[in-house]
Amino acid sequence: MNLIFDIAWTHVLARLRQTGVAIAGVATGVGFSIMMASLMQGSQDDFIKQLVNAMPHITVSDERRAPPPQPAERFYDAAEIHNLTPEARRRGIKNPLATMAALEPWLPGGIAPTVRVQAIIRYASHDVATAVVAIDPRREASVSDLPKQMRGATLAALYRATNAIILGDRLSEKIGARIGANITLQTSEGARMNAQVVGFFHTGVRSVDESTAYVLVKTGQILAQQTGLINELRIRLGDPMISREIADRVERETGYKSVSWQEAHEDLMSSFVIRNLIMFTVVGAILLVASFGTYNIISTITHEKARDIAIMKSLGLSEFTVRSIFVVEASIIGVAGAAVGFVLGYLLCVGLGSIEIKSPFLDTDRLPLAYSYVHYLLAGIVALLSSVVAGYQPARKAARLHPVEIIRGAT
Amino acid sequence: MSIDAATPLIEARKVTRILPGIVPTTLVSDVDLVIRPHEFVAITGPSGSGKSSLLYLLGLLDVPTSGEVLIEGKVTTVMTEDERALARLTMLGFVFQFHFLLPELTVRDNVTLPMRALGRLSREQMLERAEMLLSSLGLADHMKKRPDQLSGGQRQRVAVARSLANEPPVILADEPTGSLDSKASEQVFEVLQELVAVQGKTVVAVTHDLAMAERMDRQIELLDGRIISDHAHPAAQAPA
Repeated sequence: MNLIFDIAWTHVLARLRQTGVAIAGVATGVGFSIMMASLMQGSQDDFIKQLVNAMPHITVSDERRAPPPQPAERFYDAAEIHNLTPEARRRGIKNPLATMAALEPWLPGGIAPTVRVQAIIRYASHDVATAVVAIDPRREASVSDLPKQMRGATLAALYRATNAIILGDRLSEKIGARIGANITLQTSEGARMNAQVVGFFHTGVRSVDESTAYVLVKTGQILAQQTGLINELRIRLGDPMISREIADRVERETGYKSVSWQEAHEDLMSSFVIRNLIMFTVVGAILLVASFGTYNIISTITHEKARDIAIMKSLGLSEFTVRSIFVVEASIIGVAGAAVGFVLGYLLCVGLGSIEIKSPFLDTDRLPLAYSYVHYLLAGIVALLSSVVAGYQPARKAARLHPVEIIRGAT
Repeated sequence: MSIDAATPLIEARKVTRILPGIVPTTLVSDVDLVIRPHEFVAITGPSGSGKSSLLYLLGLLDVPTSGEVLIEGKVTTVMTEDERALARLTMLGFVFQFHFLLPELTVRDNVTLPMRALGRLSREQMLERAEMLLSSLGLADHMKKRPDQLSGGQRQRVAVARSLANEPPVILADEPTGSLDSKASEQVFEVLQELVAVQGKTVVAVTHDLAMAERMDRQIELLDGRIISDHAHPAAQAPA
C-alpha cells in the first residue's frame, strides 16, 4: 500500500497546477453543495418552526375520527343505511379536566383547555370571519408562544376588562381596531357579545394573524352559549417531531380525534419531500460536474504516464497495483477537494448568514441557515465516491496497457 | 537461488508471434531456443528481424501466438497476467535501450521499486540492498539524485541495479548500450559481463554491435523472425 500511495503522491505532486485545478473543482462542488443544503434545510427548519410555533403540536377536538356504529351494524353482518341523520349530541369534550389529568402524567409537554368558536367580528362597518380561541392565560405559555408573540400588552391584559379580546395584528389592521376599541362578536347561532380590544399578537403566519382572536375561557363559553364547554385540548411537546406518535396515543386513550401538526399539514410535508429531492438532485449534479475535473486530471496523468505504467508492468507490478495507484490519486484529489470544500462551504454559509435582508414579508433579517455535520458528511462522501468513480475508468484503462506496445513505441 | 546448470532457465518451443491487423505481421516465427544458467547470450540481426520481439516473448512481456515459453520448466503461456507479472518480478530483470527509470523517484527509490512490489524485505533491508547494488556499480554518490541529474551511462547502470533488485537469475537486456557513447557502452558491457562471470547470472542481450556480441559466450542471429545461426564464441573471456 505504501508503494501505491508513494507513487500516487509523486504523480499528484508532479502535476501541481492540474491537481490544484481538479481539487478546486471538487472543493467548489462540495462548498456550494454544503451552502445550498444549509440554506434549503435552514429555510425548511425555519418554516416548520414558525408553523409549529404558530399552533399547538397536537390538537384534540371534540370530534370522533369515525362516526359511531349504528345499532343495525352491530346486529347484522351486512346493513345498508340510507339518509341517516346523526344524533344530536352535546358539544365539547366530556369531563375535560379529568381527561387532562389522565394525560398529564405521561405527556412529554404541556396541555391546555380551549374553547374554539367561529364568529364574525364587527367593527366600523367591517365584518370579518374569525376563529375565536378561548384560553387560560396561565396555561397558555405551556402550549404556545403566544405570550412571546404579544404586541402592545401581555396575556394578563385579558383579565383587565370584561370580555377582553386580543386580535391578530393583521386582523386589527384589517378592521382598523386599536387597543381600547369596542368590537362586536356574533356567532352563527345568534349569540352576540361586545368585547374590548386589549392587545395584539403576531405569529408570522399570515393566515393566523389575520383571522384569529383570543379571549378568556369563560368569555368563550358565553359566546358558545354553553357553560363549562371545552371543545379542544391543545398540547405542546418538548420535541415536536414525536407529535404523530403522541397524537396516536392520545386518540387511543381519549377516543377523541387527535391531530398532530404533521397531519394537519400533510400536503406541506409531502412538498418538503419533493423539495429535498430537488435539492439532492441539484447537489448531486454539482458534484458530478466537479467529478469531470477529476476524470480529466486522472486521464491526463495516465496518458502522460503511459511509459511509466509500461515500465512498472514490465518490472512485474500487477494490474491491481497499477490500477490502485491511479484510484489512490483520484482519492487524494477527492479527499483534498472535500477538505477544502468543507472550509469553503462553512465560509459561504457564514458569509450568506451575515447578509442583512429587509423585507416586509419576512420576520427575520437574516437568511435562515442550518449548520449540520450531515451536510458535510454527505457532500464529502459523494465527492470522494464521484472522484474514485471518475478515476477508476482511466485507471482501469491504464492498468490494461500492454507494456510491449509502449516500450516498442519508446524505442 | 541455486540453479541447476543442466536445467534450461528459459526455453522457447516453436514460438511464433504474429501481430494481428489488416495485414498480419510475423514478428517471430517458429523459434526453438534454450537458455541455460550462467550463459551470456547475444541476440543479433538486422533491424526488424525480430530480436526485441523474441526478447519480450522470453521475458514474458508478450504472449506468443503459438508455441510456448517455459521458465525453469514451467509453461508460462497458461499463466494468468498476474502470475506472469510475479514471474517477471522474481525470475527476470530487464534493462532497456532507454534507461526507463521513473523520473519522479530518486535513484535509490527506483532500485527499491521491484523490492517494494515484491514485499519480501523490510524497509531497512531494501535500502541496504539498493545501496549495496548502487555502490557496486559505482553510483554510491548518486543515490539521492533523480534520473535526469545523471549521465546516460550512469542511468543505464541504475537500470542494471534495478534489474538486480530481487536477485533474479536472468537479466534480459534490449540494446543496453544502444543509446550510449563508446565509453559508457564499454562500462555497461563490463557490468553485464561481471554479472555472468562473478555473480553467476544469465544475461540475454539484444545488440546491434557485432563486436560486442562476439565477446559474449553465445550469439543467436535472427533474420525475418527466424533463427539463422546459433553458435558459441569460444574466444569470449571473462573480465580480468
